[in-house]
Amino acid sequence: MMFVPGNNPGMMADAHIYGPDSIMLDLEDSVTIAEKDTARLLVYNALRSVDYGDTEMVVRINPLNTPYGRKDIEAVVKAGVHVIRMPKTETAAEVEEVEREIEKVEREIGCLGRTRIMAAIESALGVVNAYAIATASPRMMGIALGAEDYCANLKTQRTPGGDELRLARETIVVAARAAGIDALDTVYSNLDDMETFRKEVELIHTLGFDGKSIINPRQIEIVNEVFAPTPRAIEKARAIIAAIREAERRGSGVVSVNGKMVDRPVVIRAQRTIDLAIASGIISEA
Amino acid sequence: MGIKNAQAGTLESGDILVRISPNDGNGIEINLDSTVAYQFGAQIRSVIDSTLRELGVDSAVVYATDKGALDCTIRARVTAAAVRATGRDVWND
Repeated sequence: MMFVPGNNPGMMADAHIYGPDSIMLDLEDSVTIAEKDTARLLVYNALRSVDYGDTEMVVRINPLNTPYGRKDIEAVVKAGVHVIRMPKTETAAEVEEVEREIEKVEREIGCLGRTRIMAAIESALGVVNAYAIATASPRMMGIALGAEDYCANLKTQRTPGGDELRLARETIVVAARAAGIDALDTVYSNLDDMETFRKEVELIHTLGFDGKSIINPRQIEIVNEVFAPTPRAIEKARAIIAAIREAERRGSGVVSVNGKMVDRPVVIRAQRTIDLAIASGIISEA
Repeated sequence: MGIKNAQAGTLESGDILVRISPNDGNGIEINLDSTVAYQFGAQIRSVIDSTLRELGVDSAVVYATDKGALDCTIRARVTAAAVRATGRDVWND
């Protein structure tokens, strides 16, 4: 998910060219108070006019306790955004409030249920409430860690190893999995240190995250490299899927591949490997 | 519709700076300075004019400095300037 400031029309017009899976147009922290109105209009018009192809379009709105949040929701829902990203989410009630606002606009324009919600968790209270937030609405499609605010709230600071984020990351992944939605990791802002960035992406991939938030197109390749399955893993997954299909045809629930029993979790992992390989453009079909 | 001086936009690449002032009922007057005026001047003027009229503004002096903005950016900047100039919060739906 690539972050793009909502007040920069040049970047908004070009962002999809670099091929991120999703683009998050930001109306919150990257936009000054004086430019909130113009950024909202830029994002609204860009969503309606720019052909972003298959890219998932996300807009980070301002919180509802500011004068801008409700207007942001009205504008981006009318513009047909796929996902609204809530900043600094701490409770399920905040998600429900955003949901009510979205519903109000969707009813007005006749597209009830179209807009999904992602919540950024950026405080200790948000981490404690992660599962409640993740399950607060059927529109919830993901939760994400916002590390800078989280570290400030925790009275610590970010380190290259990320020890300070361990509990938050693990909690967010577990909450997302329990809720059946996606988990997204925070941004890494130092563009001059790609080595540490790669280590961080490897770490969050191991932890089980579905993706990484990025701030520059240069970071896309590393994320794709880390998340893309290896040719060996794809071959193994294909063999498992083929074997399970064959077993289904025979009416058998149990199958073995290369002498090892294949059960449901193995099939789920294999299917995920195939899905990731297709999404990464490595293969075109299972 | 009564308007006051207002502006929106920047001079960054891909953007357009739009300034609007009253024109005492003398219609819409557009002064355009664009890096792509030769190819797209008429199109940019048309987008500015139609955006203002859709917002109910039919009299204004517009100074626009364009740095290669897309139509959607021009619409956004003109709308923002018009909203600021008229004090009305409008959505062009």
